[in-house]
Amino acid sequence: MALVDIRNLTRIFDVSKPWLNRVVERREKSYLTAVSDVSFEIAERTVYALVGESGSGKSTIGKMLVGLLGPSSGAVEIRGTDLARETDAAKVDAVRRDIQMIFQDPFASLNPRWRVRDIIVEPVAARGGDTSGMAERLLEQVGLSAKDAGKFPHEFSGGQRQRICIARALASEPKLIVCDEPTSALDVSVQAQVLNLMSDLKDEFGLTYLFISHDLTVVQHMADRIGVLYLGRLVEEAGPDELFDDPKHPYTQMLLAAAPQLDSFGREVPPPTGEIPDPINPPKGCAFHPRCPLAADVCSQTRPEMRDIRGARVACHMAG
Amino acid sequence: MADPVLSIRDLTVEIPTRYGILRPVSGVSYDIAAGEILGVVGESGAGKSMAGNAVIGLLSPPAHIAAGEIHVRGTRVDQLTGDAMRRLRGKEIGMVFQDPLTSLNPLLRIGDQLTETMLAHLDISRAEAERRAVAALEEVGIPGAAERVGSYPHEFSGGMRQRVVIALALCAEPSLIIADEPTTALDVSVQAQIIALLKKLCRERGTAVMLITHDMGVIAEAADRVAVMYAGQLAELGPVRDVLTAPRHPYTHGLMGSTPLASRGKDRLHQIPGAMPRLDALPDGCAFHPRCPRAHDRCRVSPGPRIEDGGGRAACLFPMVEEAVA
Ligand SMILES: Nc1ncnc2c1ncn2[C@@H]1O[C@H](COP(=O)(O)OP(=O)(O)OP(=O)(O)O)[C@@H](O)[C@H]1O
Ligand SMILES: Nc1ncnc2c1ncn2[C@@H]1O[C@H](COP(=O)(O)OP(=O)(O)O)[C@@H](O)[C@H]1O
Ligand code: SF4
Ligand code: SF4
Ligand SMILES: [Mg+2]
Ligand SMILES: [Mg+2]
Repeated sequence: MALVDIRNLTRIFDVSKPWLNRVVERREKSYLTAVSDVSFEIAERTVYALVGESGSGKSTIGKMLVGLLGPSSGAVEIRGTDLARETDAAKVDAVRRDIQMIFQDPFASLNPRWRVRDIIVEPVAARGGDTSGMAERLLEQVGLSAKDAGKFPHEFSGGQRQRICIARALASEPKLIVCDEPTSALDVSVQAQVLNLMSDLKDEFGLTYLFISHDLTVVQHMADRIGVLYLGRLVEEAGPDELFDDPKHPYTQMLLAAAPQLDSFGREVPPPTGEIPDPINPPKGCAFHPRCPLAADVCSQTRPEMRDIRGARVACHMAG
Repeated sequence: MADPVLSIRDLTVEIPTRYGILRPVSGVSYDIAAGEILGVVGESGAGKSMAGNAVIGLLSPPAHIAAGEIHVRGTRVDQLTGDAMRRLRGKEIGMVFQDPLTSLNPLLRIGDQLTETMLAHLDISRAEAERRAVAALEEVGIPGAAERVGSYPHEFSGGMRQRVVIALALCAEPSLIIADEPTTALDVSVQAQIIALLKKLCRERGTAVMLITHDMGVIAEAADRVAVMYAGQLAELGPVRDVLTAPRHPYTHGLMGSTPLASRGKDRLHQIPGAMPRLDALPDGCAFHPRCPRAHDRCRVSPGPRIEDGGGRAACLFPMVEEAVA
């Protein structure tokens, strides 16, 4: 059984103007579908990456996975337990403890007035667990020094702060860590240190990651399986080699062609055309059809189902 | 060869503080020719923006140019003040920043912003300026330009706004564009559009471009030459292909090795130990020596040789030769 089973997950936000404005301006309520009918599984001890451009729904899925947001429909099951519907509080608690999250901005997610020791042990202390020597041990595990436990967050660089966030996430001995753009705020040389650390910890503790990123090269480096999102929809899922060598969805193809590469000296390729549509009024049928070079009549009528094509799952009428 | 559009010589920027003088830019020299894109890369805090701001006279006090010279099309500009600098900025130098909203007035229609800028710097009639405003928006790929001149900045998406900023930077026909992280806030598909646009304008109009970014991929794709900065100094300067595929400075070498690359697969990434030093704690000798795998005793006391145009490519006492990136 997969560690995580996400089925037909949908999240809709009410983005209506206040009631009075709506009445005066005669507007309907408006809704934004941030995540639409997304299904995938994450096997234990693997890295599943979600990629996609800004607003494609990556963080919203991550938040539903850790329980920070509830789904509008569909389900997230962790080892068979549906966090949103399970009624046994003890069971929910046990599963919650198995999941931690790391965010993009390593400064905003650390309380500036707390010492590093208290930040790291907080999730465990809150449950009344034994925390003696824990912060010191974890700091050394993430490549900092035990002495750092007495310091405050502002005394650390961005990369060091992200190590502190990782130490805090490890404190509850989780099975699954949702990492939302963990290295996007870091310089490449520091990013390399943090990515290496995350790989080492994964092997050492048998962790599973949901790794959210917009950086294709980072995803290619880290992931065992990659899901590509467009406007809240999962359009393609494949292993890194299949995805990068043989992308099957026209959007994935566009994204890969647009990403600058280290060996693309003086490359002249026509850049992608058009823009990501307004998520409040997404195009009918396949959401990508206004920009798609392969679009046919059916594409503007019917939303494509996920199909298995040569080791990948692809939501496109024309892919084959 | 024709004179360069921009020439920076031994530029040093200083910030006096209670604890002593900080040098965010120290002894930097480079040129940019007409029609050339010079990429400036380095980690955050390396001094890329400070060097760019020094050229356009936008250093915020107490930061100031303490030494060196800056020439734009043969005219010395580092001593210009107030009005003279403002005039030069609009006329000879266009600017594009990471956040397009810093360059746009939220209360003015974009057509008016373009028209006013042209009237201030070009000797043309209002009718001509209005005609050119539409043409400028068309050139940067704003659909329906003739109608969109009446729109306000907030009515555009992030990528569209950055196009408007580029149109604004170019409308007075400057000879130099300074683009400081112009695509950092944008998605890859929009980034590809903006980079293609900058390259096209540079090629067609012969504009010189200083492209500041921390993204090596963008540099590889867009730049002709690249300047690598570290701790306020120029570490390496040369043709982009040479510097990226066969770096001579150990820092550039480490930087390239730590960038994830398809061909490297899932192997561990190369790590440069430690972090870039803070400006108030610069080591003696070569600023990179505490992190450098090649450091010798001499590196701890003597800084690497400065890079002069036509001189060596790397500011290093023991540069690497013919060592491929791992
Ligand atoms: N609380 C909210 N209320 C209303 N809309 C929201 C809310 N949270 C997210 N959205 C919208 O849902 C969509 C998906 O947002 P999400 O944050 O998941 O994107 P993302 O893929 O993480 O993007 P980024 O790369 O910018 O972080 C966007 O259109 C966003 O504006
Ligand atoms: N007003 C200031 N006072 C003190 N230090 C500053 C100030 N502005 C910038 N710096 C420092 O100058 C250095 C170079 O900054 P900058 O040019 O913005 O770097 P980059 O653009 O390469 O990221 C950094 O170490 C930064 O912290
Ligand atoms: S379903 Fe049609 S519009 Fe959508 S990606 Fe496939 S070919 Fe393009
Ligand atoms: S001068 Fe010495 S320490 Fe500096 S980069 Fe060269 S070899 Fe390394
Ligand atoms: Mg996000
Ligand atoms: Mg900067």
